Amino acid sequence: MQTPPELEVYNLTKRFGSLVALDQVSMKVRPGTIHALLGENGAGKSTLVKCVMGFYHPDHGDVMIGKQARQIDNPRDAHHFGVGMVYQHFTSVPAMTVAENLVLARNESHHLINWAQEREQLAAFMDTSPFQIPLDVPVAQLAAGQKQKLEILKQIYLKSTVLILDEPTSVLTPNEADEVLGLLREEVTAGKLSILLITHKFREVSAFTDEVTVLRKGKWAGSGLVADLSVAEMSAMMLGESKERKEVAKEGDPTQLPMLAVQGLGADKDNGLPAIANLSLTVHRGEIVGIAGVSGNGQKEFVEVLAGQRSPTAGTITVNGEPYRATREEMTRHRIFALPEEPLKNACVPHMSVAENMALRTFDRPPQAKWSIWLIWSAIRHMATGLIASFKVKTPSPDTPIENLSGGNVQRAVLARELSEEGIQLLIAANPCFGLDFAAVDDIHSQIVAARNRGVAVLLVSEDLDELLVLSDRLIVMSEGKFVYESAIADADLATIGPAMAGH
Amino acid sequence: MLTRKSFEAILLPMGAIIVALLLFGLFCLAAGANPFGVYGSIYKAAFGQWSSWQNTLIRAAPLMLSALCTALPARLGLVIIGNEGALVMGGVGAIIAGLAMGTSAPPFVVQIAMALLGMVFGGAWIAIVGALRHWRGVNETISSLLMNYIAIALLNHLVGGPMRDPSSLNKPSSFPLEDINRLGDIPGTRIHFGLIYGIVACIIAYILIQRTTFGFAARTAGGNIRAARIAGLPVGQLTLAICFLAGSCAGLAGMVEVAAVHGRANESLNVGYGYGGILVAFVARHNPLAAAIVSMLLGGILASGGILQRSHGLPDATVLLFQGLVFLCVLYSESLYGKIPALQPKSELAHPSA
Repeated sequence: MQTPPELEVYNLTKRFGSLVALDQVSMKVRPGTIHALLGENGAGKSTLVKCVMGFYHPDHGDVMIGKQARQIDNPRDAHHFGVGMVYQHFTSVPAMTVAENLVLARNESHHLINWAQEREQLAAFMDTSPFQIPLDVPVAQLAAGQKQKLEILKQIYLKSTVLILDEPTSVLTPNEADEVLGLLREEVTAGKLSILLITHKFREVSAFTDEVTVLRKGKWAGSGLVADLSVAEMSAMMLGESKERKEVAKEGDPTQLPMLAVQGLGADKDNGLPAIANLSLTVHRGEIVGIAGVSGNGQKEFVEVLAGQRSPTAGTITVNGEPYRATREEMTRHRIFALPEEPLKNACVPHMSVAENMALRTFDRPPQAKWSIWLIWSAIRHMATGLIASFKVKTPSPDTPIENLSGGNVQRAVLARELSEEGIQLLIAANPCFGLDFAAVDDIHSQIVAARNRGVAVLLVSEDLDELLVLSDRLIVMSEGKFVYESAIADADLATIGPAMAGH
Repeated sequence: MLTRKSFEAILLPMGAIIVALLLFGLFCLAAGANPFGVYGSIYKAAFGQWSSWQNTLIRAAPLMLSALCTALPARLGLVIIGNEGALVMGGVGAIIAGLAMGTSAPPFVVQIAMALLGMVFGGAWIAIVGALRHWRGVNETISSLLMNYIAIALLNHLVGGPMRDPSSLNKPSSFPLEDINRLGDIPGTRIHFGLIYGIVACIIAYILIQRTTFGFAARTAGGNIRAARIAGLPVGQLTLAICFLAGSCAGLAGMVEVAAVHGRANESLNVGYGYGGILVAFVARHNPLAAAIVSMLLGGILASGGILQRSHGLPDATVLLFQGLVFLCVLYSESLYGKIPALQPKSELAHPSA
């Protein structure tokens, strides 16, 4: 077994136009260690690894592998030097088996595949690999944890000895995450691999890594042995000053007035298989109901039904005691708003302007429309200008297509549209803080709690358990399309929630 | 910034047409004609003098109307090419109204009835496509294309059977309209009032899409159906309404052809204005105002068909070939948006996602 080479970046600088995404950053991944790369969104973590992998060409500085500066023009070059990357998104072909995917990953231009020989080699490979996955199962039938393992196995199969893992546990249950990282830890300790782990989770840094480098706004913000650093110290490096997460105090108890009531709701996935079945819940005014669960357990479909993007196959939804079919008239009358995940994909028209996107809820009412048919552009722009200022949306002008804005600013624009309305009564939010930095997260959290305090009923679906524990009044866990756990937040029991999320 | 964008939207289709002209020149060369002579003839026959302008405008009128049949649904993200079918159905509707009313009402009323029934027939025809799309997920491009064949067959059946005028021997036709019910010419010209219909329809379509809440909703649904649903917009109703409007424009083109040009319904209805309309809509990037102008251009090319045959010895399908070349070049040019550095706005250089 080859020993992994040392991976070092020296004085790496990358500019995009006037923005300096990476400013003279140096770091070193020693052979046989797990090195954590910590930083907020936009801190430059992705830029750094993209320079290493050859997606970007650094403006200054060197990528050194095995103590030599290397010219890396594309991921193939990186592979050549033994560096492989595992992405957040799965890159396997769902309809093909594990064995086929592994052979495919080798990307050789043989016209014939000697399957007997390949199978023998693959079986031998599986025996020595850190994870075991059945070779003959189509990838589509694997659980998320197994798919993630396959992505890692692919890199090992390709003889990469330095692995770059980009938030590999974001789609896993806590148990699966511990298992995957634990097994990788053993490989690393045995000296077979080194790993650069991009993560947000301090728990993983403390439990599994040897060294850490922290980036802040594109600059090196600190590094050291994990054993020498406390979570508070790392968090201080990451944020610039030690800052506790602000919590907006909840005022008063939830009312007993039901706002949203769901009875026996069922819906199908895109492929026609049932996604959710027999869901029932009630959200009261002034209450935040949090729905926890590992991604892909029906939360997406549930939110889509409530938001009007998917037709239910069974059950009823009532709002304020009236049947609700997600028509525009009902949304307007009951003041229902939604913060869906991936706002550019779910709640915006990418090529339309910021102003038009901000008017999506109001364009057919005065003052933005006359006789409910004629658009008043000046009113639409006027409202947009106000919202852009008060929600600090960074955009060249209200007329810029919203797709030209950065992810955080798109999110703020949607937030402005959905939360600026005074009379809001029901808010449906799905992973509203996904991919945002701490400051923006705090901001959204306080807006949601403030809404709750005003008496808004909030349904919050999130993959971030910490977020739910901070915000919710009541917590529900969803697994395989069903509600499997429910408790008031004060009685929420982490020892039960974890297994419930994992489907036990 | 905006101006550069619209500059790009004008320059690319123009460039595509020029490339198509060059390729067409090669074809003429191969067919033994002098390309420059052919270009000259096309220009003379299309725009050379007032009388050729009139020929051009007569052909532009149905093109404008039928282009809207593709341009309007495009705003909803639908690619509909059932223009020919909707045009034919519009013609059928118009002749039914015209023959049924005969001289029982003032000509003005009869003409309105013909226009209305033509629009209803054409509108319903494309609304079927929209309904199939919305409720059953049937691909609207294929279904609208196939509906063309059904419409043409239906026309042939009607003019060859139930509505046949026994005196029409070589070319089975319906009974002719009463002369007083026919659509007249704009005073002082040979151009019929269909041109006014076309221009007005294009202006209305433009206003509808750009300035009304209906257009806003349609653009939203066309741009991102998930966003439209989350805003509670009635996507099904929008689809049906837009498809109906689109079809009714093409239907009106059929009415114009029947009431102003042929005076009766027969196979002259499906001579390709529907397919020409698709081309116009794509060249105009589905902008109704641009469609009006592009229609004149294509009308000119169509008007020059005869002269190419007479003075250059080229087959009469030559203009169709030219039309096809233009279409291919324009579709190709669609892939160049945002790729030519000189045409990009300067202030918006790649923002990395922060």
